Amino acid sequence: MSATVFLFYFLSVLALGSAIMVVVSRNPVHSVLWLIATFFAISGHYILMNAQFIGIVNLIVYAGAIMVLFLFVIMLMNMNADSEPKKNKWLKLAGVVSGGCLLLVMVAALKSAEVKGQLVQMKDGDIGLIANLGKALFTDFVVPFEIASVLFLSAMVGTVVIGKKGD
Amino acid sequence: MKIEYYIVLSLALFCIGIAGVLTRRNAIIIFMCIELMLNAVNLLLVAFSKMHHVAEGAKNVAMAGIDGQLFVFFIMVVAAAEVSVGLAIIVMMYRNTHSVDVNFLNRLKH
Repeated sequence: MSATVFLFYFLSVLALGSAIMVVVSRNPVHSVLWLIATFFAISGHYILMNAQFIGIVNLIVYAGAIMVLFLFVIMLMNMNADSEPKKNKWLKLAGVVSGGCLLLVMVAALKSAEVKGQLVQMKDGDIGLIANLGKALFTDFVVPFEIASVLFLSAMVGTVVIGKKGD
Repeated sequence: MKIEYYIVLSLALFCIGIAGVLTRRNAIIIFMCIELMLNAVNLLLVAFSKMHHVAEGAKNVAMAGIDGQLFVFFIMVVAAAEVSVGLAIIVMMYRNTHSVDVNFLNRLKH
């Protein structure tokens, strides 16, 4: 087993295990910490595929900024395992069964997929490097890039308006 | 590494996210499960971009498959905006009802 294959399986197990822990943890703070572990595993997958820019942006934006925002809100609300409401166990079972059925159907649909057996390029190829991505971003994708800045501005204004006290 | 492994991994992450959305009642955990589903899609987009880079690279298309990684970049942009607005709504909801239980809020008033 080569190092790449070993790393792929290791990161996959890490991602799936911590994703399951996100769902089953009773304490919301633990859920956030497991979600950070999932994001680290997914970033590891990106770096394994030599998508270096996406890997680092995933770490900075998701594991850094967004998860800190989640932790901040959870600690602001002073939530812990006791504040979690009790839920009917049949409803939980129904949720898990419907998620599992979707997984089953989509994996079964993969059986006759056109892309089956094609190889993913690991650890080389230069499309994930920041120079090439930046060149494509500022030539072919410059209009969506500018629209994204407007989106950020509107999100910022919206957050301030929603979060304002006294209305 | 074959593309099927990545498809199955992304599908499993996505379905864990769906099961989380369906089983949990805490609004913040539901939001985190949505982030998990977005990340599963991102992983699959990067895997497909690298797959097309190999497939089209034989035809001398140098930057084939770069669109997939730029889409991931834009998904991250939208996700960041979505999280900031969504968490503001959840904080507002908590301030009005002192609860983040979604079953408590199913009538969309009080």
